[in-house]
Amino acid sequence: MNAVPVAAPTRLVDVTVDGTTVKVAEGTTVLQACRGAGCDDIPTLCYGDTLTPKNACRVCMVEVEGSRTLVPSCSRKVEAGMVVHTDTERVQHSRKMVLEFLGSSTDLSVAPHVADWNEQYAVDVDRYGPDRRTKAQPVKRDNELYVRDYEKCILCYKCVDACGEQWQNTFAIAVAGRGFDSHIAAEYDAELPDSACVYCGNCIAVCPTGALMFTSEHDMRADGSWDESRQTETDTICPYCGVGCQLTLHVQDNSIVKVTSPSDHSVTHGNLCIKGRFGFQHVQNH
Amino acid sequence: MDLKLSAHTPTADEIDAIDALLGATGEYDHRLARAGHDLRDQRHRLLPVLHAVNDRVGWISRGAINHIAARMDVAPAEIYGVATFYGLFSTTERSTRQVHVCVDLACQIAGATVPDGAHESPCLGLCERAPAVLLVEAGPQARQTVLAPATPVQVRALLDGGAAPDEAPAEVATPQVAAGADDLVLLGRVGVVDPTSLHSYRSHGGYAALRRAIEIGPVGVIREMLDSGIMGRGGAAFPAGRKWDAVARQPARPHYLVCNADESEPGTFKDRVIMEGDPFSLIEAMTIAAYATGCEQGWIYLRGEYPRARRRLTDAIEQAVAHGLLGDDVMGAGFSFHLEVFLGAGAYICGEETAIFNSIEGFRGEPRNKPPFPVEVGVFGKPTVVNNVETLANVLPIVLGGGQAYASVGTTGSTGTKLFCVSGAVARPGVYELPFGATLREVIDLAGGMREGSTLRTVLLGGAAGSFATPDELDVPLTFEDLRAAKLSLGSGVVMVLDQHVDLTAFVHRIAAFFRDESCGQCVPCRVGTMRQEEVLQRLEHGGPNASADRELLADIGRVLRDASICGFGHSAHGAIESAIAKLGVFS
Repeated sequence: MNAVPVAAPTRLVDVTVDGTTVKVAEGTTVLQACRGAGCDDIPTLCYGDTLTPKNACRVCMVEVEGSRTLVPSCSRKVEAGMVVHTDTERVQHSRKMVLEFLGSSTDLSVAPHVADWNEQYAVDVDRYGPDRRTKAQPVKRDNELYVRDYEKCILCYKCVDACGEQWQNTFAIAVAGRGFDSHIAAEYDAELPDSACVYCGNCIAVCPTGALMFTSEHDMRADGSWDESRQTETDTICPYCGVGCQLTLHVQDNSIVKVTSPSDHSVTHGNLCIKGRFGFQHVQNH
Repeated sequence: MDLKLSAHTPTADEIDAIDALLGATGEYDHRLARAGHDLRDQRHRLLPVLHAVNDRVGWISRGAINHIAARMDVAPAEIYGVATFYGLFSTTERSTRQVHVCVDLACQIAGATVPDGAHESPCLGLCERAPAVLLVEAGPQARQTVLAPATPVQVRALLDGGAAPDEAPAEVATPQVAAGADDLVLLGRVGVVDPTSLHSYRSHGGYAALRRAIEIGPVGVIREMLDSGIMGRGGAAFPAGRKWDAVARQPARPHYLVCNADESEPGTFKDRVIMEGDPFSLIEAMTIAAYATGCEQGWIYLRGEYPRARRRLTDAIEQAVAHGLLGDDVMGAGFSFHLEVFLGAGAYICGEETAIFNSIEGFRGEPRNKPPFPVEVGVFGKPTVVNNVETLANVLPIVLGGGQAYASVGTTGSTGTKLFCVSGAVARPGVYELPFGATLREVIDLAGGMREGSTLRTVLLGGAAGSFATPDELDVPLTFEDLRAAKLSLGSGVVMVLDQHVDLTAFVHRIAAFFRDESCGQCVPCRVGTMRQEEVLQRLEHGGPNASADRELLADIGRVLRDASICGFGHSAHGAIESAIAKLGVFS
């Protein structure tokens, strides 16, 4: 007798990526298949961590034979016999344009990898002219724990998903407005202390561009003292309750400057609560 | 859910409007849970509730959102996100009386001006009578009235609190009917039947098709649809029979039926004419579609700016229910079909077939990625048929006369007749029905030719998402295949005729502004691309040393819109502009 429920067997399908045919499990995304085939340089922004990809940023587009348009590799599932091209002129053009659109409207200066991609795809934001509309706006500092610099926001929806149904179930923020004026907001653009925010900081953990940032990191970046090369990471277990969340303490000059949790940790999946994320000041009360 | 509400309280009017829709709160039995799924399963009522508040007080306040949040167990931030997506709602206080002046293509060339105090509106779908105005009055007796054509003096009077004169009957938009044409298939009853009377509809052949459908059974209906070769009329031209067949075969239940009546493509007004002039035909056609594909629930997703269509459809559904033609046992044939009108709130993108689903479910009307396609995963995650109003109108002749007879009209690749929305510089603008294969010249001739003093400059074919045809293309047969070969598109059947007086630069600017305004903002190529496209056009208008680089940039923008946007909106946001530059020499 087999008391263990056995899932339906997974079929393996053949997918060709840039001329290399690989066998991948049905249900795999094109992006995973590409990475499996050794193609590691597909850029992603709104994909990642522990969230279902929204595929809104469109930077991971690849060409699939037979498809009229390019397809978002992060969320398209593979099909048997699919032939994928990750580096055609059409793909490069699309990535260049998406990066130009983002670079010409938002501040991507602290977004990881973007500078490299800009060089790789010959991004030129100046051709959009000096009078172009941008998302430039003052940094929102309405609480002590983290700042919201929406000039850096690319509307990837990750913070909304992390705050809402995918993780925190707090629903303090949503996308409001429409088109170019879309933005992340609490109801009536209220300040965070007046919103449902519980300061878990899970939105900060998933933000791909640094639009959401610990106040400590933001201020250190502002005064030029933020230096990741001088930082160490120390793993520990959160002392506050019995759940056992793993914390990664980012320490610079013997001070904790930021707290994260590994997104592959079985307890947290990268999430923490206000205490684990922000309750570290007492450690450094010398 | 653990809601955190701000201290703002709703007014008595707001509570009344919300509770009237959701049911009074009454006395609770405190032993029973009254949150969780029971409440959250009501999410699809969010848009109707927002309408109720907006209709009553003219805007949606923080107090109102708090009350909705508490009643529906939805977070205020989410509700705010939804409310700010739709153009007809406001989250800032405003007067209970709003005058929306259409500034879109047909009205722009008819000289529409927006006086102080009025709002600019995208196409109101009254293009045959341009320029058009919509008056929205909030209050216990909320009312929407349209006025077209509207003179500046009349608009001023509306702003000053005057009443709008009575609207002309629906059939003024169908000059063929007035001329006594007796060979019309889709428009045959418009202007002949009393659109408010089921009895009148039945005495003009109504419900014969449903009876026939029940005789031949669901499989027979789908066979006729497949035989007819009918292509969807909403713009994408997908074979409707295949769509029905695919949904009918889906094992997942329930199946749903959605009629796309969010007609908002600038220059399009054919669906409005059917819904206003022959509303029962749409209901009968949907009943047949539901019977054939196994749908027990259907929605007519109607744009929020069609007050008369809404009245006629709501009234027609009531009569059909009262006579057993909708409900648990339709016509005594043992199948059940429930139908309701679902009102949009001012968002062109909700005409995209998956954006409709999100809108019906109570979310922002953002399109979904395809695949999965609606026939597998549609509204509420179930297999869904989505058909345009005109597509459904064709179901009646297909079922009554048989698919093969239907296919004998038109061409092999484009069967049946097509409704053309003719506006602009013709003598008799309106909706015209012709077999596929007629030429643009014939359509314009049928509309009385060019208006006196006008010579033809170009025709915008297919709307803002379409392309421009030049005078030497007037003899291209209007079929899906011929137009595709000529790099034109039929789209939703827009034939907007432009004469020598039209400022083409301003016209193209308006197309760009329309796409920028109506982009949902979800994906980067469209959200930023439509903005950049408009900016580059503004630069090009003034020439300058960078013109050739700007033209190159514009082509780059068009290409990424087409390649990388999520939905058809972004894919088509550059087509008309590209054709204006290539064929009309605008901005050169």
